[in-house]
Amino acid sequence: MRRIRPGKAPAIPGWPEYLSERAAAVRDPRLARFFTAGCPAPDTPIGEAPLVALDMETTGLDERRHAIVSIGLVPFTLARIALHERRYWVVRPPRPLSEASVAFHHITHSDIAQAPDLEEILEGLVAGLAGRLAVVHFRHIERPFLDAGVKARLGEGLLFPVIDTMSLEARRHRQSLLARFRRWLGRPPASIRLYDSRARYGLPVYSGHHALIDALATAELLQAQIATHFDPATPVGELWS
Amino acid sequence: MDVELLEIRQHMGRFPPFDHLSDELLDEVAGKVEVAYFKAGSDILVLDQEVHELYYIRSGAVEVYRRGGELYNRLGEGDIFGHFSLLRHRRTRFPAKALEDTLLYFIPEAVFHQLCEADEHFADFVEVARPRLETAVEQQKKQNDMMITRVRKLVTRYPVMVEATTTVQEAARLITDYQASAVLVLDAPGDNPRYTFRDSEGRAWQVRGILTDSDFRNRVVAEGRPADTPVGEVIGGRLVAIQSDESVHEAMLCMLRNNIHHLPVMHRRSPVGIVHLSDIIRYETHSSLYLVSNIFHQSSSEGLARLTPDVHEAFVRMIEDGADSQMVGSALSTIGRSVSRRLLELAEQELGPPPVPYCLMALGSMARNEQSIVTDQDNALVLSDDFDPARHDDYFLTLAQRLSDGLAACGYAYCKGDIMATNPQWRQPLAVWKRYFRDWILDPTPERLLHSSIFFDLDSVYGDNMLVEQLQDLVASEAARHPRFLAAMARNALNRTPPLGFFRTFVMEKDGKHNNIINLKRRGTAPMVDLIRVHALACGSRAQNSFDRLDDIDRTQLLAPGVGDRLRYALEFLSMARIRHQVIDIKHERPPDNNIEPENVSDTERHNLKDAFQVLSNAQKFLKFRYPMPSRSH
Repeated sequence: MRRIRPGKAPAIPGWPEYLSERAAAVRDPRLARFFTAGCPAPDTPIGEAPLVALDMETTGLDERRHAIVSIGLVPFTLARIALHERRYWVVRPPRPLSEASVAFHHITHSDIAQAPDLEEILEGLVAGLAGRLAVVHFRHIERPFLDAGVKARLGEGLLFPVIDTMSLEARRHRQSLLARFRRWLGRPPASIRLYDSRARYGLPVYSGHHALIDALATAELLQAQIATHFDPATPVGELWS
Repeated sequence: MDVELLEIRQHMGRFPPFDHLSDELLDEVAGKVEVAYFKAGSDILVLDQEVHELYYIRSGAVEVYRRGGELYNRLGEGDIFGHFSLLRHRRTRFPAKALEDTLLYFIPEAVFHQLCEADEHFADFVEVARPRLETAVEQQKKQNDMMITRVRKLVTRYPVMVEATTTVQEAARLITDYQASAVLVLDAPGDNPRYTFRDSEGRAWQVRGILTDSDFRNRVVAEGRPADTPVGEVIGGRLVAIQSDESVHEAMLCMLRNNIHHLPVMHRRSPVGIVHLSDIIRYETHSSLYLVSNIFHQSSSEGLARLTPDVHEAFVRMIEDGADSQMVGSALSTIGRSVSRRLLELAEQELGPPPVPYCLMALGSMARNEQSIVTDQDNALVLSDDFDPARHDDYFLTLAQRLSDGLAACGYAYCKGDIMATNPQWRQPLAVWKRYFRDWILDPTPERLLHSSIFFDLDSVYGDNMLVEQLQDLVASEAARHPRFLAAMARNALNRTPPLGFFRTFVMEKDGKHNNIINLKRRGTAPMVDLIRVHALACGSRAQNSFDRLDDIDRTQLLAPGVGDRLRYALEFLSMARIRHQVIDIKHERPPDNNIEPENVSDTERHNLKDAFQVLSNAQKFLKFRYPMPSRSH
């Protein structure tokens, strides 16, 4: 029996189905393991879901022209962030690094020169993601870059559901009635960037632009958002996209 | 080191006990933490929950409660909790709640125990081996031993040095240019490897001798030598020098033995300076010993008053030399007693000898030998029973006024409670004093004793000591036999209570309220002294000093084993904290007071103060229980 929740957005259907279809069709054994592990069912309470915060640094914003330079993973649950299980990789982008992006990241040309290609770390990366629900801040970077990068190397992509802490923040600060009223009054919208969002929950300032620190920062932000606006019983299907 | 963990290790490295960890250990901890966020108002630890981690507050604030719901502590950024349960392997007895939105780091049990094993300071902090306060006090003492003043402390600059071939005229010009009074004379290395060294350019030299101001008179001018005489021909025979780590005292003896006024100071084989006899005299001038002898050389109360800045100097010096609170307390009391004595001697010289014998009685801190730099005068006159008010009181009133005004001029404020010999009530023959004490002891109420507890710290200062000793005997023999008296004294000893601790830049009270300032005398040392006095009276001790009283109390079964030591450490720590903050005041040219501002309290000091307040608070609870008010019918 399905419970009807009036006034709440229905869970976006299709992610579990998509993952099982891919599991059946995929050729690469690493991706096969990932898709077979699947994701938590949409009605799993967020408080019980195994999660993994994912953050990347890239050479730019367009996945067709730019590439990944580093990836950070931090497994966690609503109760605990398991920092000791963190994973972090620097990867060598196929295109040379621009000076501007060197300044922006902590990563230098010499770091990159010795770094492995994305494909060499794929095994470890999908092992860290498999069976867990990914949490990112601004899904329009992590997901398309990873999908495009994997597709370029293996001929098949890597797509999965994510909880986007930025869009959870936008629900509060961009789309709510109060936010629309503020906009109508001509007030500037609240910033929903990672570190501005964290400040609203009393979370400390970290020096950003390191994929692992930002992944940790994202995990902490989700814990704070759920503790403040949601409930550990909230089904993940209402949160992912 | 993983750069991504810098955020965590840098934060932890700023707070005790992690601030003393090696980088290696700190990395290890940072790599193993777990993290979680707690919304304001949510439970972090509930009663009887198993504890397998140390809790570290990264941001926000946490309140810890006692089992009964009473506030136990309020913690902020960088504080830890949960270690009590971790150490004792038991479920939590102190539930914790987030007071604000809080981010916590969890340090796994295994890492915690590893830190206790690997780092003594960490273990001391979380009280594995022994109480933190004991450690803090002993560390202060350890610094003492190291800080016997070394002669290098008197060296203010590098010596002026010339080669042996330099002319005496050139040497004299250099001495004038550098406003020095001597030069060291160097030569190529030769017969004496003890004074052979290399300069900053790597050239080897030997210190051959010293040429002083008086040598120019005695060996150059008086002997009619020309201005172009090389200094090497003028200098005397054997060079007398001292190593820089010798004591100032040794330097002084060395000068006296060799009848010299200039002493080259060497670090191993290299000269580092020249000390002159006047440097040593100037240094000694600020010592309390010199000060006391100087007090007795003053011929007027104005002269005594002019010594007040020297008292402050001596006080600051003592602390810098690493004195503990007992050394400071007894030195300042000795100074106070000496000033009182000298004032009475001067008054007697003018007024003539006293018509009947008398004794000046010190009360309160001076009697306990615990005087501080911020103190008022508490004194009384005990007169012989031959005293006849009509014939003799004019003399003693004048004497008391001279004393009181003289003390006030020397910075000892008039007593606000009028406990001074100028008050006729406190200028009485021995028989009347005995009656006062019997009344207090035999017919006590907390109200009657409210302003009288100070009389139970009493000591003679000047005159016929026997008069005061008889009163001390009376108190020691009577007080212990009167439970109602002890109960009334105990009740009054609970009037002033310590705060709970500190939270951020505030003093936190037991009801959770915040204050910006704490009077460390009123909230710390005074209630501690009060409760020690009650126990001392109960065991018939004749001691006046709180530490001596604790020794007497320890010889009885009055306190549980170990409690005496805890009180001793707590009193020492509170006293030293008060003294240290007075030194800060003096150095900033502010009038010293008993207040400390939480923003001037270091992290370590606030943890130790919190412990000391806790010891005091527990001791007050025991006092209430130990000396109950007997019902009237008994």
